[in-house]
Amino acid sequence: MAIRFYLILVVFLLSAIVSFSLYEDQVGLMDWHQRYIGKVKHAVFHTQKTGRKRVIVSTEENVVASLDLRHGEIFWRHVLGTNDAIDGVDIALGKYVITLSSEGSLLRAWNLPDGQMVWETSLHSAQHSKSLLSVPINLKVDKDYPILVFGGGYLHAVSPIDGEVLWKKDFTAEGFEVQRVLQPLESSIIYVLGFLHSSEAVVYQIDSKSGDVVAEKSMAFPGGFSGEISSVSNDKVVVLDSTRSILVAISFVDGGISFQKTHISDLVEDSGKAEILSPLLSNMLAVKVNKRTIFVRVGGEGKLELVDSLSDETAMSDSLPVADDQVAFASVHHEGSKIHLMVKLVDDLDTVLLRESIQMDQHRGRVHKVFINNYIKTDRSNGFRALIVMEDHSLLLLQQGAIVWSREEGLASVTDVTTAELPVEKDGVSVAQVEHTLVDWLKGHVLKLKGSLLLASPEDVVAIQEMRMKSSGRSKLTRDHNGFRKLFIALTRAGKLFALHTGDGSIVWSVLLNSPACARPSGISLYQWQVPHHHAMDENPSVLVVGRCGSDSSAPGVLSFVDVYTGKEISSSDIGHSVVQVMPLPFTDSTEQRLHLIADTNGHVHLYPKTSEALSIFQREFQNVYWYNVEADNGIIRGQGMKSTCSDETADEYCFTTRELWTVVFPSESEKIISTLTRKPNEVVHTQAKVSTDQDVLYKYVSRNLLFVATVSPKGAGEIGSVTPEESALVVYLIDTITGRILHRLSHQGCQGPVHAVFSENWVVYHYFNLRAHKYEVTVVEIYDQSRAENKNVWKLVLGKHNLTAPISSYSRPEMFTKSQSYFFPQSVKTIAVTSTAKGITSKQLLIGTIGDQILALDKRFVDPRRTLNPSQAEKEEGIIPLTDSLPIIPQSYITHALKVEGLRGIVTAPAKLESTTHVFAYGVDLFYTRLAPSKTYDSLTDDFSYALLLITIVALVAAIYITWVLSEKKELSEKWR
Amino acid sequence: MDKGKAVMGTGRRWAVDFSDQSTVPSSRDILDPPGFSRASPEQDDSATSRQKKDAEATWKLQKAWEVAQSPFKNLMMMGFMMWMAGNTVHLFSIGITFSALWQPLSALQSVGKIFEPFKDNKVELLMPKLVFLALNLGGLALGIWKLNTLGLLPTHASDWVSSLPPPQEVEHSGGGFAFH
Repeated sequence: MAIRFYLILVVFLLSAIVSFSLYEDQVGLMDWHQRYIGKVKHAVFHTQKTGRKRVIVSTEENVVASLDLRHGEIFWRHVLGTNDAIDGVDIALGKYVITLSSEGSLLRAWNLPDGQMVWETSLHSAQHSKSLLSVPINLKVDKDYPILVFGGGYLHAVSPIDGEVLWKKDFTAEGFEVQRVLQPLESSIIYVLGFLHSSEAVVYQIDSKSGDVVAEKSMAFPGGFSGEISSVSNDKVVVLDSTRSILVAISFVDGGISFQKTHISDLVEDSGKAEILSPLLSNMLAVKVNKRTIFVRVGGEGKLELVDSLSDETAMSDSLPVADDQVAFASVHHEGSKIHLMVKLVDDLDTVLLRESIQMDQHRGRVHKVFINNYIKTDRSNGFRALIVMEDHSLLLLQQGAIVWSREEGLASVTDVTTAELPVEKDGVSVAQVEHTLVDWLKGHVLKLKGSLLLASPEDVVAIQEMRMKSSGRSKLTRDHNGFRKLFIALTRAGKLFALHTGDGSIVWSVLLNSPACARPSGISLYQWQVPHHHAMDENPSVLVVGRCGSDSSAPGVLSFVDVYTGKEISSSDIGHSVVQVMPLPFTDSTEQRLHLIADTNGHVHLYPKTSEALSIFQREFQNVYWYNVEADNGIIRGQGMKSTCSDETADEYCFTTRELWTVVFPSESEKIISTLTRKPNEVVHTQAKVSTDQDVLYKYVSRNLLFVATVSPKGAGEIGSVTPEESALVVYLIDTITGRILHRLSHQGCQGPVHAVFSENWVVYHYFNLRAHKYEVTVVEIYDQSRAENKNVWKLVLGKHNLTAPISSYSRPEMFTKSQSYFFPQSVKTIAVTSTAKGITSKQLLIGTIGDQILALDKRFVDPRRTLNPSQAEKEEGIIPLTDSLPIIPQSYITHALKVEGLRGIVTAPAKLESTTHVFAYGVDLFYTRLAPSKTYDSLTDDFSYALLLITIVALVAAIYITWVLSEKKELSEKWR
Repeated sequence: MDKGKAVMGTGRRWAVDFSDQSTVPSSRDILDPPGFSRASPEQDDSATSRQKKDAEATWKLQKAWEVAQSPFKNLMMMGFMMWMAGNTVHLFSIGITFSALWQPLSALQSVGKIFEPFKDNKVELLMPKLVFLALNLGGLALGIWKLNTLGLLPTHASDWVSSLPPPQEVEHSGGGFAFH
């Protein structure tokens, strides 16, 4: 019966024009888009000319952008590919932004005002090497100095005007590493300094016009060098020896090379290993020794002397020429909740040009980088502005003792996302507010009515649009009836947690993770720890952040619990073992804390929370908890069961050992694991039956213990097109993770990865490349349970005499069969997700993140194995689409409409309370959120529904009925008197 | 008076007897009002009355049979309409089907009222009533059959399992790639 109703619904939906597109005035009503650039690596100010003051930045997300210095807005931005890391950025000729990327093999020029690409030069590259960009400061316009680029073993001189390579010089000799390329001002000689086998300093003098080597000098240094180098002037560099305890000044101009050794222990007492810091200061270098930063002045003959010493955690800028041939630099250090910015002269450290103290949010962490720029104040003195990059990757501009603007660039590197509810609204709204809103409500509806009756003037239209944009309570911090207001909790690479409101994308709270064990743990993943909705209602929900101290996989783990309502870190504990995997269990304790198992590198698993109640719950299900590891390098999947509590003395009763139950070994010569996938554990499935047109029932095989594995031939694991179709094969498996049984195997000959897949209910959809057809393909596999198919007797079903809802075990060896179908897909894909709704009734849409950083919503109906070339009338009514060889891309079904989610990495969906609606959150360098209704909002009226019109219609109808009644009474009476 | 009553009881509303009343002297010297008869039923001509009654009864029975058979025509028309409506679920077919269900139901409810005019102790109404009932039940069956062909009756296994949630699983597993 119910199915029939859905069928009617589907028929109605089909009869309506299938389109999920928006009208122009609906943009921004449900969606928001935020643009970011990532953690800034280099910054170049451009403030000389009058007009717009801007700063050019390049970031770790491979973004080059021009920011407005006044407000921090993005003038223009280019996101280079993920493999196109930016090595250097500078401004040439005062009008071009020059970027060097891809290890010094791509040089590009962008027009400074609008960001248009002017030219691009691909440079010859032979080996991996350090890449250096040197753009001459052009003082005289008529003199055309080339841009010097070192990368891939070659030195190139490139004309800044058109990007033409003027000459190139080969430095690919064995063991030779180029360290510095220097060109003294007004000189036609370029000095190339390098180390041969890290023990011999070699200097080449190259003519800047022709690229010929004028002179070559070398000198061996018995101690050997360690990589870091600091150029202090045009003829001198300072480098550390291999023991990192001796500073070596190398001067190389005019005549030979000379070394001047200075022991660090002569400069400071109790020195340990030293490290040269990156800032470029003239005639001075900064060295980090023993957690202190020391400033060392380099004298005329390479003599080193200590001039200052600062505490650790000091960030420094490069030196900046200020008036009268003086050079200044900025340093920032912390003191309590304040940061102190100081600008000093390099020659005279006692002269402080600027000293400012600024209150800084604790949750931004330490200052990582400082870039300074000066400007001339009205009183002709120097003013300074500083761009600082904080530990949480945020970017701030400081000027005149205040934060002028800040950008939360941490959000450009989101690593994990989960959702959380907002607090329930408290009672007690004041009367005045209600009256105000009532008047507004009426006004709004009158306006809407005007709009819907096409009576609105242009001003009214603007007013309507404005009203809709900030419609009542869109960004309220309380739960709403439909579940449209929610929080997305995002964990970033910097270890900061952000709570974003679905209404307008505002940051509700943010917290930088702390740990007692280490200063700043790196966050790995996020889990919902406590979601009270039946018990423990007075407690706030919380999320669990699993992190670790250090980047090594054996580093000790850290668990942080963060209150979702307040954003306060409830507790943070060092758990004393490493974290390899985390498994949320489907059990909660009496306070609705979810049980989690965490595996360490020793093969033990640990139960959290560490309470006796949790332990007793876990003991009950002890035999039913299983574990599997995917070892992609060895091509092995191992399944484990729980064995016993740990026997080590150090271990507590919450530690358990596992025993190996099964292994699936893929032949290493023919198959390599490239992708695995399981269903989302919190997905809700409405029904186990799938009804076909002729009233036949297919029983879905819905199991959480299914693992989708894709393997390719080792040869085909590289890039697309690197192998012939005969050499490559793609094989997909469905493996039961309890028993290790391979339930299904499907081989695609002549196909290649990368495989992007999505697993929901009883189906998997995956995307790969077909080498024979030279096209991308999408395959759908649906899994059905054959052993349940006998349940066909209606009377047994009516009386409930069936075992369809009895708990099932993987050991009962269910018989299953699959249906699959493949289609061509015209686009390359970055990620695939699927919509999820509260009850799982609404039909599903695939959300495909395309290579163009947009998100395409594709109905699941298009990837249905029951599609045939000529569906019958009944099948058509059911909504089966005639089979076509490729999946259609309807331009209106891009949910990102005109926007791009640059650097798209993931799409997260979460159900709203309203069954028809799902939240979609996409993250990359940009963030994008929207609300989708895959089958349209069949369970609620749309936002632009005119209640006023309805009300007026009802009133008019009632009035009409009353009037006609009175009239008819009168008429009747008069007829009786006749 | 009694006669009048009896006549009224058989369906006539009123009757005026214009026969000569002079043979029966009034108890008082006042003439009886027109239409008033002191004649007792015993004085009626019993033969003619019985004849009349028999004729009436057969007429009633005939009428009752006509009424009883009337749903048949309806049935035929309904069948035709259903055939026209087709087997797909849409407004027209649903309307037809529900009217096909409603008509017999309402007729069955008011079966007593319909046969009331023909009630007579001499008329055997059981058979017409049964026929009427049977025909209406036939109509109802036709409606239900139509409902079934439209697929609106839960007669398939699919109708009973379509809202069954997937079964719980005994075992739980987790894991995957190690964190990097």
